[in-house]
Amino acid sequence: MNNPTQHNSNKVIIAENLTKKFGNFKAVDHISFEVNRGEIFGFLGANGAGKTTAMRMLCGLSIPSDGKGLVAGYDIGTQTELVKKNIGYMSQKFSLYEDLTVAENIRFFSGIYGISPAERKEKQEKLLKDLDLESSKDSLIGSLPLGWKQKLAFSVAIFHDPKIVFLDEPTGGVDPITRRKFWDLIYEAADRGITVFVTTHYMDEAEYCNRVSIMNAGRIEALDTPENLKKQFGAKNMDEVFLKIARNVE
Amino acid sequence: MDKQNNDPKSAVHCESISKKYDEIEALKNINFSVNPGEIFGIIGPDGAGKTTLFRILTTLILADSGTASVDDFDVVNDYKEIRKQVGYMPGKFSLYQDLTVEENLNFFATVFNTTIEENYELIKDIYQQIEPFKNRRAGKLSGGMKQKLALSCALIHKPSVLFLDEPTTGVDPVSRKEFWGMLKSLKAQGITILVSTPYMDEASLCDRIALIQNGQFLKIDTPKNIVAQYENKLWAVQSDNMYKLLTDLRANELTNNCFAFGDKHHVSVSNEQLTMNSLKETLDRLEHTNIEIREIEPTIEDCFMQLSQK
Repeated sequence: MNNPTQHNSNKVIIAENLTKKFGNFKAVDHISFEVNRGEIFGFLGANGAGKTTAMRMLCGLSIPSDGKGLVAGYDIGTQTELVKKNIGYMSQKFSLYEDLTVAENIRFFSGIYGISPAERKEKQEKLLKDLDLESSKDSLIGSLPLGWKQKLAFSVAIFHDPKIVFLDEPTGGVDPITRRKFWDLIYEAADRGITVFVTTHYMDEAEYCNRVSIMNAGRIEALDTPENLKKQFGAKNMDEVFLKIARNVE
Repeated sequence: MDKQNNDPKSAVHCESISKKYDEIEALKNINFSVNPGEIFGIIGPDGAGKTTLFRILTTLILADSGTASVDDFDVVNDYKEIRKQVGYMPGKFSLYQDLTVEENLNFFATVFNTTIEENYELIKDIYQQIEPFKNRRAGKLSGGMKQKLALSCALIHKPSVLFLDEPTTGVDPVSRKEFWGMLKSLKAQGITILVSTPYMDEASLCDRIALIQNGQFLKIDTPKNIVAQYENKLWAVQSDNMYKLLTDLRANELTNNCFAFGDKHHVSVSNEQLTMNSLKETLDRLEHTNIEIREIEPTIEDCFMQLSQK
């Protein structure tokens, strides 16, 4: 599992008994799962269930206490820098710099991901055209309407064509129309083969995922398609599934 | 200043309130009243103006124009009185992270010249859930527990009006449900509650709501009335390929619009030419299987989207 070329390139995440302990407290307790290429994978759980800790490990931001994980083919315990280079990340709290322009943000993030200036120019033109933001290229991000910011933030997160993009509650607090437009972007990205790993508190969004996992007290208590989960728990929608499984652990 | 002995005719009253930050109009001519003992919801996305409105009503900032009162006290002239009798839970957790649960509660009780014991009955149901952790520092609590502590601190002086600014944002559905249960109990004690939220499904838990977008109220009414005023018919449609279905429904010239709603798509229909049967036939021809179409009652979210597109 240490040699990246040995892994199955269709599995963008392989987690095996992934564990994170803080002192005696097991925030993440031996979770094992796989995510396939091009999947939209919903990662759910109540507050305190261990989702954020698990995501930090998968993004190469926190070393596991036990167990192993491969993300985009790289070991999250020993190859964290390579993991970071090959993933995209976007959250509600962190997306783009409000006091830089659209073009400046793209240039900044391109640099971070090691995209050459020539390549960046071409991709930038296409991006701005696709998003219909050509006339806003020199506008400060802070001046853009939220919907445009969201679209741009997502596009920048996948600018370097990563195998997988991690979205941490990307639609929190966003108006219902913009929220759905954002999911259109997620669908398009998945269609292009980018795997999407998304956490959300909107249970209707859980329905848009190919598969969903639900964490509780550091463990994965359920993992399946929304359809199967509803059958398994005798629920008519994902909200009910969630209420049946997720309990607050204080 | 002596408070009137009779109940105020409105717990909160706003007339022509406007507020600008530099060039951004955060609130544009807001008018509304909240009845005593109501749970009044302010429903809208981030940036709509909810927090600005709450800060004006709790006397933290001044409006540029217009007047407002809480319990008949003017937010400008009588701000000191208002501060004594409202409870406020701001959007971000803002208790003292390095004080324990009990220390935080004691602190707020002292600031309001009361004790935990005096109004314990009011907060008992909520506080008992976190009491086992009373010696834990507030910063180490989980999101759900922080909420309960913040709510307890906002209630410790038995406020007449409670302002809750996005108390359930970022919180999972289990905690959200619990939280609204607690609000219902508080209402039963006669406390007027103003709560803001971006979650449209919470709107139905309020007595009346105001839908807010871009600094303006789109509608103020009971959730039931808002739903009844939805224009057009609404159908819930499903098939085995939901992504293709969305594209096909939108491409259909006879539908008004179509939005994804979890495991179904909501289609708004005003054209008499379109019947459920004719739509089913069209989808059949487009190779959809297991097609289901039902007429449904709109949700607040459907209403919000329709109103915000006008």
